[in-house]
Amino acid sequence: MTEKTDMHVNEAGYRTFKLGNYIFIRDEYFVHIKWPNGSHTLPADRFLKALMRDVAWNFFYGIVNFDEVFGTANHYGTVNVFAGSFNVGYRSNGKDYTETFESAPARAIFEAILEDWTNEGFDPFAAPTETGSAFGPKRGSNTVAVKRQRVSARRMAGVADDTPLRGDANGYLVNRQFADVVQDEPEIHAEQGFEGEVHAFNLFAYLSRSDVTWNPSVCSVVKDSLFCPTTEEYMLPVIHGNDRVEWFIQLSDEIHWQIADRDTGAARARVVMKAGDVAAMPADIRHQGMSPKRSMLLVWENADPALPELYASKKLKPNPIDF
Amino acid sequence: MASHTQFGSLRQYQKGGVEAINDDPRNYAFANIFEVAGKAEKWERVAVARNLKYVIEVVKAEGTSPWYACAHDEAALVMDGEVGIRLVKPDTVIVAEEHKGATLLEGDPRGRAMGHIKARRGHMALLPKGSAYQFHAEGTAVMLIQTIAGDLTVERWGEICQK
Repeated sequence: MTEKTDMHVNEAGYRTFKLGNYIFIRDEYFVHIKWPNGSHTLPADRFLKALMRDVAWNFFYGIVNFDEVFGTANHYGTVNVFAGSFNVGYRSNGKDYTETFESAPARAIFEAILEDWTNEGFDPFAAPTETGSAFGPKRGSNTVAVKRQRVSARRMAGVADDTPLRGDANGYLVNRQFADVVQDEPEIHAEQGFEGEVHAFNLFAYLSRSDVTWNPSVCSVVKDSLFCPTTEEYMLPVIHGNDRVEWFIQLSDEIHWQIADRDTGAARARVVMKAGDVAAMPADIRHQGMSPKRSMLLVWENADPALPELYASKKLKPNPIDF
Repeated sequence: MASHTQFGSLRQYQKGGVEAINDDPRNYAFANIFEVAGKAEKWERVAVARNLKYVIEVVKAEGTSPWYACAHDEAALVMDGEVGIRLVKPDTVIVAEEHKGATLLEGDPRGRAMGHIKARRGHMALLPKGSAYQFHAEGTAVMLIQTIAGDLTVERWGEICQK
């Protein structure tokens, strides 16, 4: 079903890839995607930043729009790779195209594209002013950057045998834009036998040492309730389409969100969030955020696997609260 | 240029908002945790986010709280001020395994002291399942609690959210 045509290297030095009936080609500036009844072109940096999240998040929750045309819709075991399916112009004229793949082999192709097309010095997870250029002919690679493992705590970051905390010692330095964030630690006094239960850590310091942007990572867990804080700078490189309600709590600074209808892309609202603000993202929207300065955002997810079907079948309303 | 990270506090916060284009702002249940805390009674657990059975509660901490217990893990994130947390392992199970959310205890729990934590802004503490806990704040502090909606969860969406 899936294969990669990795033998061909074009004059810019990049391999061409095939996923089902999709063909992916990149040149010095752009990525060109072809499918049986159409084609699309988008900037290489935008494509790689979106692809990085899609791979790292294993297609994430719901829809990852790379732009207004191309993207993926996660069905948790399978994934729809689509062109124009969430664009009213394409869809109303029958120009949309969707192909369904098993998630694992599709992700493997995406990983291979990411590895081949990411040049030395370019980090798709980094803020624009903290990384080199994605453009130009192929030069080297950045395997370390594109193979980062997403943080996913089972109970809470820093608990014994759970995801570790960040510090100078393990290579996580304080980011330049969080240089003023206090690095103190909570005072913990555990009685003998309760060392594994009496736990606290400095979440803000932990976030100040994040080396990535727009990458929600699980830091505390209450059954299916996942706190996924993240640091944001510049612009969310995907337009995330929801298949469930998620919530945002702005922990520091501010983010401006553009909200549109999930299925058509028609504008619905603009949400400006400042430190301490909390807002729901309904289950029927797509959103893209812009963070003028590096900020801390708490993304709150409900990981109950039954939710996508309950929202899709309208057994649950898309807004979380009626008042 | 030196960076300046903008955190909010009870004394000083700015609030954004929803600018509707073709939508109802109520769909976003937009609120500000410091504004909610400022209008709350001390130790009230006011929901500021709800995702079906799960909630995030805002607590204004002032003085010494009652004791609470919970059958599942909870997490407390200090957003302003300083909070002390005392933890006790009760001698007997005092909250049924299937009970959701925090339970208010009458008086002090009987059991072994597990320890205590002093947490300041940005610090997150585990409130471990099956334990009893008590908060203390010398001044006024604000916490977020990651938990499940329960007996103590206060919901007043019409008062706290943008309309």
